[in-house]
Amino acid sequence: MAINIWKYSSPQTFYPLAGKLAPWFLGLAAVLALVGLYIGLLLAPSDFQQGNAYRIIFIHVPAAWMSMFVYLVMAFWCAVGFAMNTRLSFMMALALAPTGALFTFIALWTGSLWGKPTWGTWWVWDARLTSELILLFLYIGFMALHAAIEDVRRADRAAALLALVGAINVPIIYFSVQWWNTLHQGASVSMTRSPSMASIMLIGMLVMSLAAWMYAIGASLLRVRIIIAEREQYADGVAAGAS
Amino acid sequence: MSWNSAAEFFAMGGYAFYVWGSYAVAAVCIAGEAWWLVRRARTLQARPGLNGQQSIRQP
Repeated sequence: MAINIWKYSSPQTFYPLAGKLAPWFLGLAAVLALVGLYIGLLLAPSDFQQGNAYRIIFIHVPAAWMSMFVYLVMAFWCAVGFAMNTRLSFMMALALAPTGALFTFIALWTGSLWGKPTWGTWWVWDARLTSELILLFLYIGFMALHAAIEDVRRADRAAALLALVGAINVPIIYFSVQWWNTLHQGASVSMTRSPSMASIMLIGMLVMSLAAWMYAIGASLLRVRIIIAEREQYADGVAAGAS
Repeated sequence: MSWNSAAEFFAMGGYAFYVWGSYAVAAVCIAGEAWWLVRRARTLQARPGLNGQQSIRQP
């Protein structure tokens, strides 16, 4: 029997489903984070060039990956919202934005803490760092624009348009280290060649990335529930006021 | 295990401020988001719909 996915595109039916799924994702995130921290902080050896400063990688790289990935997912839901005119898609985009902004902030902050001991500076205006900072401003702009427009459906559409236009920044961030001469190093992990790091370090980084991924899903499911309930409450209030 | 003592672990080869600073900022951010989510959910429960109805209509 085929499962009717359209059934879950309605906020009322998605609300309990999100409530059931969120604890699983958050629990999985906690377990993966513990395993990842164990590998990264206790098992992995120190780096022959950077000593133990490299251990920032277990926070920095997962946060940076998620900052870009969450933005793409957010832009995807905005596009679905425009194409299908589904309310839930816009709510999903709105639910993802704070978590994406959080990961972007963590990536920038830990990058700064990593830059000081290895490059000798907290910040440089190179392409990778600058485009990642623009990503943070895009997240903040998306949330601020949404909050500034009174009519929720108009706010959904205006903010979604901003998110879609801003999506061009994601490939710019990703390829910045190839397109321009940056202080930031190139990708340590890519699909086309073997990774330039010890496998235990790589495993730790991948486990932490999975943890960050699960956390992002769990946190945005919890937030989308709050958004659904808030809008329901608001609609009830409007209906009550009109009658 | 790549450490000989707990002191060595916490010292991080002289990079304690940078390494633990990174882990701390991530922990604080995640705790902050959790706190914010809980607060938003509580506000919602404390204020059932303006017409006195419960917050969400279950199907």
